[in-house]
Amino acid sequence: MVKVARQATSQATSREATLLEVRDVSVHFPIGAGFFGGQVVRAVDGVSLEVRAGETMGLVGESGCGKSTLGRVIVQLLPATSGQVLFRGVDLVRLKGERLRMMRQDMQMIFQDPYGSLNPRMTAGEIIAEPLRNFGVTRARGLERRVTDAMRICGLNPAYVNRYPHEFSGGQRQRIGIARALVLNPTFIVADEPISALDVSIQAQIVNLLDELQDRFQLTYLFIAHDLSMVHHISDRVAVMYLGKIVEIADSNAIYRRPLHPYTKALLSSIPIPDPDLEALRRPILLKGDIPSPISPPRGCRFHTRCPIAQFPICAEREPPLVDAGGGHRAACHFPGKL
Amino acid sequence: MDGVSFHVDRGEVVGVVGESGSGKSVMALSLLRLVPEPGFIAGGRILLGAPRQRDVLRLSEDEVRELRGSDVAMIFQDPTNSLNPIMRVGYQVREAMAAHQRFTPWQAERRVIPMLEKVRILAARQRAISFPHQLSGGMRQRAMLAMSLSNEPSLLIADEPTSSLDVTVQAEVIELLRDLNRQTGTAIVLITHDLAVVASLCTRVIVMYAGRIVEQGPTRRVFKSPQHPYTWSLLRSIPRFDGAPSGPLLSISGTPPDLAHLPSGCKFHPRCRFRTDQCSADEPPLEHVTGAQEARCWVLMRNALPAEEGDPW
Repeated sequence: MVKVARQATSQATSREATLLEVRDVSVHFPIGAGFFGGQVVRAVDGVSLEVRAGETMGLVGESGCGKSTLGRVIVQLLPATSGQVLFRGVDLVRLKGERLRMMRQDMQMIFQDPYGSLNPRMTAGEIIAEPLRNFGVTRARGLERRVTDAMRICGLNPAYVNRYPHEFSGGQRQRIGIARALVLNPTFIVADEPISALDVSIQAQIVNLLDELQDRFQLTYLFIAHDLSMVHHISDRVAVMYLGKIVEIADSNAIYRRPLHPYTKALLSSIPIPDPDLEALRRPILLKGDIPSPISPPRGCRFHTRCPIAQFPICAEREPPLVDAGGGHRAACHFPGKL
Repeated sequence: MDGVSFHVDRGEVVGVVGESGSGKSVMALSLLRLVPEPGFIAGGRILLGAPRQRDVLRLSEDEVRELRGSDVAMIFQDPTNSLNPIMRVGYQVREAMAAHQRFTPWQAERRVIPMLEKVRILAARQRAISFPHQLSGGMRQRAMLAMSLSNEPSLLIADEPTSSLDVTVQAEVIELLRDLNRQTGTAIVLITHDLAVVASLCTRVIVMYAGRIVEQGPTRRVFKSPQHPYTWSLLRSIPRFDGAPSGPLLSISGTPPDLAHLPSGCKFHPRCRFRTDQCSADEPPLEHVTGAQEARCWVLMRNALPAEEGDPW
C-alpha cells in the first residue's frame, strides 16, 4: 500500500523533484598498462539515470554488469572517467576538496558485507560516531545522544554501544552499518547489496527497517541488488544493467509485468517462485553462452550475442538508444516487447 | 545436528532447507562420513541401497572411500574450490572415474567428452583441454557435475549448487539437474537456503532449524499449508512478484540460535509468535500431521490460525 501511494506522488511531482541525475557517465579501468597495450575494462559505459526525491530506485543486473561501480561513482568513492553526476544540480565529478566533503554528509552508503565493512578494532559506538566526528560534532554529550538515537532507530540496544563488531550477529552488524549511514541525517543513501550476505529470516528485518526509515526521514535510496524479487518489493522504479549499460528502466510494476527488453524478460523468467504450482508452469528463457568480456564488448547491441530475437545485421551494427515507450518506460532495444 | 531421521527414495529429489547453522551442510557431510574434526557422528545409522542394505557408519575406511564419488556423489557451492586449478577439465573428469573401478581406463577415456556434453558444456572437446580458470562460474559448476555423475551414482548430494551463480546461470543448472534426474534416475538431495529453488526442483522438502528437522513432507503440502511456525514465517518473509499482493514482509524477530547455547524446549520458541508456556519447557517431537507431512511443534499452524489464513498467501 505504502509503495503504491508513494509511486503516485512521485509521478505527480516527477520533473521538479529530481534529486540525482547521472549524465552519460563512463568508468573505465585500465588493465596491464604496458604488456597488454593499455586495454580498458568498460565497467560503466555511457549511463544516464535520474533518481527522484523520496523514491527507491532499484539497480539490478548480474555480476560484472557494473551496477556496484555505478553506485560507487555516484557517491564519489570512485572517479568517473567521463560524464556528470548532478546531485541537487551540482556536478559532483568536478567538485573537489572541502566542498565535496561537505556534500558527502548528504549522501551515504550501506555496504554488502557486514563483516568486512566495519572496523573490527572499533566499538559499535565509535563506528557510528565516526561520521559525526568527521563533520565536526565532537562535544561528548551531543555525540553520545546522536549515536544512541541512531542505534535505537535501527533496532540496536544502546546498551551495546561498547561492544565490538564480532560480538554482533550478521543482521545486527548490518544495522550498525545502517546506523552509521543514518547518523548524519542524509537525504540519499546508496545501498549496495545490503541483504545478500544475510540469512533469509534476517533479510526481511533489514528490508522492513529500510522501508520504515525511508518513510520516517524521507530518504531517497539507490538499492543495488541481484535478487530481483527483493528489488521489486522495495523499489518504486527499477533500472536493469547489462555489460555496463542500462538496457531498461521503468516503474517497478511495469517492468515486472511487461518487460520490453529481451534481457529483462530472460532475467525475470529465470527467477524461481516459492510456490510449487506456479513453478510447475514457469518456463525460463535460457540464454546461450556467457556474458561477453567488458574489455571488448560486442558491437551494436551488447546483448545481441545472446539474444533470442536478435536480427541481423541491425542488432550487430547499430547500438539501440534508450527510448521511451510511453509512461517513462524506456528500453534500449531495436525490437522492444517482441520476445 | 541432533537426532535427524529421514529417507530418500530411489530417483527422488529431496530439498533440505535451513539457514546458516541449521545443520543442513553437516548433515550432508555426515552422509559420506566427511564431518570435519573435531566433529563426530555420535550415533545413529545411515542406511544405503537396496536390496543389499549397508550402514555407512559401519563400513571400513576403504569401503567409505569407494562409496564417495561412485555410488554417492557430492557437489559443493563453490565449484572454483572443488576443481584442481592446474589440471585440465577433461583430465579431472577422467580421474574421477579412475578413482573407482566401474570403468576401465579405456572406457573412462571415451566417456569424458559425452559426460561434458551431457551437462551441456558447449564445444566439449575444446573445454576438455581447458583449465578451470578458463571457464565461467556456471561452466565450472557443470564440469563439477560431469565429474560427480561420471560414475553413475544412485544418489547426488548437492550442497547449495546454485548459490554462487547468477540468476540466469542458476536457471540453467536447475534445468540441468531436473533433466538428469529424469533421464538417469539419480536421486538428489538438494541442500539450499532458497525456498524458491526447492519449489522448483524438489518433490519433498525437509526444513531444518538448530540442527533438527522441524518440518518435512511433500513440497506442495508444506508450501501450501506449512504447519511449523518457522516454515510459515519463512514463506511469508520472502517477496514475490508474480501478482501476489506485496504488503510488508513478515520479519522473524531475533537471530538463529547459537548452537553452543541452545534455548530450552522448542529451539524456535524465542523467535516464535505463536509460542505457549509448554514451548519453552519441553521440546516437541517430530509428529505426523497429515498425509506424509510431519512437524515438530506443540501448536501447529492449523491451530494457531483460522483456516482461511493458513495459506501464507
